[in-house]
Amino acid sequence: MDNILSVLVFFPAIAGLLGFVVDKESARTYGITVAAIELFLSLWLWFSFDSANAGMQFVEMIPLIPDFGVSYYIGVDGISLFIIIMAALMTLIGMMSMSITKNIKNMIITLLFLEMTMIGVFVALDAIIFYLFWELSLVPMLYIIGAWGGPLRVYASIKFFLYTFAGSLIMLVGMLFMAYVYHNLTGVWSFAITDWYALVLPVDYQLWLFAAFFFGFAIKVPMFPFHTWLPYAHGQAPTIGSVILAAVLLKMGTYGFVRFSLPMFPDASVMMITPIAVISIIMIIYTAMVAYAQKDIKQVIAYSSVSHMGIIMLGIFAMNAEGISGSVFQMLSHGIVSGALFMLVGVIYDRRHTKLMSEFGGLASVMPKYAVIFGIMLMAAVGLPLTIGFVGEFLVLLGFYQVSPIMTILAGTSIIIGAIYMLAVYKKSFFGPVTNEANKTLKDLDAKETWSLVPLVLIVIWLGIYPKPVLEPIDNSVKAMLVFMDEKAITKEAKDMIKVAKSSQGGV
Amino acid sequence: MLQPINVSLESLNLITLAPMLIAIAGGLVILVLDLISEKLHKSLYVMLTILILVIDFGATLGLNVNERGFFDVMLIDGISIISQLMIIVGSIIFIPLALTSKRFHEYSYPEFFALFLFMIAGFQFMVASDNLILIFVGLETASLSLYTLIALHNRANSYEAAVKYFTMGALAAAFFAMGSAVVYALTGSVELYKVAEVMATRLNETGIMIAIFGSAVLLLVAFSFKLSLFPFHTWAPDVYEGASAPLAGYMSVVPKIAAFVVSIRIFGMYIDLGVEWVRVTILVLAVLTMTLANIMALVQEDVKRMLAYSSISHAGFIMAALALDTTEGTTAIFLYYALFMFTNLGAFAMLWISRHKNRRFDKRFDHPYEKFAGFIHIMPVGAVIMGLFMLSLAGVPPFSVFWGKIYVMQAAVNSGYIWLAIVMGLNSAIAAYYYLKLIVYMFLMDPVKDVDTIYYNLSKPLMAVIGMATLATVGAIFYIQPLISYLYYMISASGY
Repeated sequence: MDNILSVLVFFPAIAGLLGFVVDKESARTYGITVAAIELFLSLWLWFSFDSANAGMQFVEMIPLIPDFGVSYYIGVDGISLFIIIMAALMTLIGMMSMSITKNIKNMIITLLFLEMTMIGVFVALDAIIFYLFWELSLVPMLYIIGAWGGPLRVYASIKFFLYTFAGSLIMLVGMLFMAYVYHNLTGVWSFAITDWYALVLPVDYQLWLFAAFFFGFAIKVPMFPFHTWLPYAHGQAPTIGSVILAAVLLKMGTYGFVRFSLPMFPDASVMMITPIAVISIIMIIYTAMVAYAQKDIKQVIAYSSVSHMGIIMLGIFAMNAEGISGSVFQMLSHGIVSGALFMLVGVIYDRRHTKLMSEFGGLASVMPKYAVIFGIMLMAAVGLPLTIGFVGEFLVLLGFYQVSPIMTILAGTSIIIGAIYMLAVYKKSFFGPVTNEANKTLKDLDAKETWSLVPLVLIVIWLGIYPKPVLEPIDNSVKAMLVFMDEKAITKEAKDMIKVAKSSQGGV
Repeated sequence: MLQPINVSLESLNLITLAPMLIAIAGGLVILVLDLISEKLHKSLYVMLTILILVIDFGATLGLNVNERGFFDVMLIDGISIISQLMIIVGSIIFIPLALTSKRFHEYSYPEFFALFLFMIAGFQFMVASDNLILIFVGLETASLSLYTLIALHNRANSYEAAVKYFTMGALAAAFFAMGSAVVYALTGSVELYKVAEVMATRLNETGIMIAIFGSAVLLLVAFSFKLSLFPFHTWAPDVYEGASAPLAGYMSVVPKIAAFVVSIRIFGMYIDLGVEWVRVTILVLAVLTMTLANIMALVQEDVKRMLAYSSISHAGFIMAALALDTTEGTTAIFLYYALFMFTNLGAFAMLWISRHKNRRFDKRFDHPYEKFAGFIHIMPVGAVIMGLFMLSLAGVPPFSVFWGKIYVMQAAVNSGYIWLAIVMGLNSAIAAYYYLKLIVYMFLMDPVKDVDTIYYNLSKPLMAVIGMATLATVGAIFYIQPLISYLYYMISASGY
């Protein structure tokens, strides 16, 4: 099946359209079935994917607006492959664990459309198609937060939408300028990313364009100081919204850096290493401290998300194979772990309708299964060895060590601070005597919740022990990208930086 | 003794007049029908009007590019053909909106339809000439008919709107006349191609710049009124509010296309002559218009007024493309309006289906945001469609206006105005807020009043129009390519 990517993109959308006809009572089963088929298709993609090939595979190209250089151009490589699978997986698991009953049909349809946009972003190889899915993903999320969220939901959803929208419009100007430069040099209009890769731009152009793309991506990541929309969005979103937001939507930003900024502007990227590393370290440490100060479990996880996204950013700008592969791996691990944590918070919220830590205590004795799974996920979030969180974090730090040992040490404190606030959450909510009467009668995980969480636990441990099947394709594509960047870089510093990386390759 | 002038019929090239004459004859036919029988239903007039417009469309499509006719005052070039086609298509979408399920009395007068056709003829004259006098005649024919159409809506604020529009229109006409007079004084001609030739030879004379400045400013003021550019936009929201919703939507598109074509001819000439500050002035006006109208739209409590300000802002957007004076910029103007037309008319039509005889929600406004609260529960399909229109207006891909927006922005980038593209981008972000506000009301709030108040006016023809507008909005990605290549071809063929 050569056109499996198109199927992956449009299957959920068609299913969403047909979903309008499905009866309300059956909508949930319908959604889960569709998401399961989608996951199956994405796994099929993985099996038919050639791991040895570092380039784009399953490429499809249909010219849409040839006069303007826009075409339906999609493909997948090792970097995007696993993010696609993760998006399909988290949509399925999110739907399975969903406890919402109000307007369930609308929710299912919205989620299916959201799935289309998410997969579309990661397979797009044409900047306009990328932008199209990127912007379109805001609309379902706006609806999910706004319709099923907490008391401040409207404010949170609009803030989410406008922040991202404003940033991406600046990115759009960057894209248009890029197309213009391409047109000037070649006489042809093209928005294909692979065509743009071939351009060697003067450094000042690179810097301006890097800045334009940076706005779009940094707001999405979200990087300090553009992160303020995220705690609101998480705080107000329903569980499913938080799961998808943390697991997949945030990854769009970091993916954008890997797909656009690095290969297109290698010199600018190397020049920006220090500023971005500083911002990332501020993100890592500052938001970890803010997380510690939170009273609400969900807010702790929301801020810890920002902190982990800082690690991912740091890895991307390490400019070497360990760092970038580690970052991509960390995107997956953060997606699964934070998604699971948000689901776990959702579980307790459904039972008690509060997320405040002070309301809990001693849950371990009342809900043992819940406590075990929460504990495993928490450890994975902290980056305990033999969990999925360790692999990515370790590789990122290893990679960045070659750039700057001091900054790496600073970033490494994130593991310590992370352990502090995560364990504090665990201690306050799960250990000690059950002080609150309402907690004594809490039910442990039911079958639905267990079955949606256990697969995630298995993945966390499997990839923590044996990450190779995932890491290898990622590493191949990343290395190919680095070789390409090295050839393309024009300043000496950039060449050195990327060369250093190449000579020290190997370990993974 | 005056010599008798011999004119051969062939040199008149009367075929260039055919489209306008068809519209005028059609209007007369409708009046004659009314003489013969008084009790004819509006549906007859609506269908007749559509048929006449279809013939008009065919006649326009059949014209040859780059011809002159009728003592060389008619100019049939690429932009005149595409603008006439767009005017006719816009009118064909508009006129079935008269077939509401409730009776609105303006449509029971055949005069409404006759005036409507005369107005179209006026617009066609405006765009199909480069003679300032004929442009003026066309402009006045169209405007006077339009004032009457607004007033026919027969409510206190419709009269207010008509009178306001009339006064402003008269002022604009005066500016136009004075501007033309100055141009004539400078060059001894009112034909723009001759004006350009003479002006080009006189550009280096000392002291002439002030006169050129004067003529350009007077003309710019006249067209700023017509295009509702800041600071001459103040009439627009009141007039849109007073006019019936479909007419307001119509006014935000069709008359502006006509005015833009004339602006392209006049100000394009100034920019081509190297009078750089005309470009600067237009750019400043455009940026101010899009920004201030956006900010005003943020605080509106009425959806129709919001849409009025939003269309002012869109006009500013397009005005910026005019200042670029490149083939791409000009293509962008037409592309933008071709796409904007469907979406905006669709959005106004959605307001139209919810229009009441009396105001049930608010003493002051017909369409306060509260009216649309919980629309998704009352009329799910309607809410989704309105939501699509709003997203399209906000410039969310892949809906129609997005493609217009990126084309304008690309044209700006190509001419080296990157700051302009960024300003446009930021303005789109501001604009997203007020479009979202309506979406939030429709999707995220609970209804405040009983159910029938929303789709009060719905009828099959209205559904058909809205459905068509929706298809055009959603499916834009599939017809952009032929549209762009056709527009680009026609525009470059006529040398803009």
